[in-house]
Amino acid sequence: MITLTHYLVLAGILFCLGLFAVLTRRNAVTVLMGIELMLNAGNLNLVAFNRFTATGGEGQIFALFIIVLAAAEAAIALAILLTIYRTYKHITVDEIHLLQG
Amino acid sequence: MSYESFVWYLIAIFTVATAVYVVFTRNIVRAALSLVFTFLGIAALYVLLRADFLAVAQLLIYGGGITVLLLFGVMLTHRHQGMELDLEPLKALPAALIAGGFGVAVVAAARRADWSLVAPVEPTGTSQAIGTMIMTTHLLPFEEISVLLLVVLVGALFLARRGGEEGSS
Repeated sequence: MITLTHYLVLAGILFCLGLFAVLTRRNAVTVLMGIELMLNAGNLNLVAFNRFTATGGEGQIFALFIIVLAAAEAAIALAILLTIYRTYKHITVDEIHLLQG
Repeated sequence: MSYESFVWYLIAIFTVATAVYVVFTRNIVRAALSLVFTFLGIAALYVLLRADFLAVAQLLIYGGGITVLLLFGVMLTHRHQGMELDLEPLKALPAALIAGGFGVAVVAAARRADWSLVAPVEPTGTSQAIGTMIMTTHLLPFEEISVLLLVVLVGALFLARRGGEEGSS
């Protein structure tokens, strides 16, 4: 029988993988991938809580809004990365240290 | 082990394995493509959680939209063919400690807590319920998020356009 704890542990593992990617990757696009992994783990938590407690669909609404926010965040982040790339000719995150290009 | 448990463990292992590949591979295009399969696994978990509308939304937005966006980002920001990227060896150990410590804390908390406060309910069809809730109790966030999407659309176009004054935020 799959319980809420199963989902929470799985989401925890996914979140940690995303966190590790954010902390170690040098390429900004892969940092973004780590952020998407973390957002997905959080979403999984919300939907699991929605399924296993009597909240009546609130968790799914939250998850839906988070999906939209994640899409918006990815679009803006990639636009910023394009601008950074035009200035620096690379998107290595630990070598970007100027606010004005 | 019941049939559902077996399927759950299969999907969970698949999801974690593809996520591990995303985190540790050196090829950025392969990382992006592996991320698609992670999103697919999570969509399958949504189906097992009886969240069918959310599963379809996950497939469309994550599996379709965000992945294509990430791949465009990869293609537009790499001049050379070799799309290798390195883990930074200096930061790997502290990052592993932070992520691992966080993971241990989360897993311990999830296993120790008493989650039986509210009895689980068997949810009915979700699409109609979500539609009703969006149009009644959650109308304001729904309208706000549509304004946000418009702002994002204009903002992303403004930031990414070629020429003109650059570095504007």
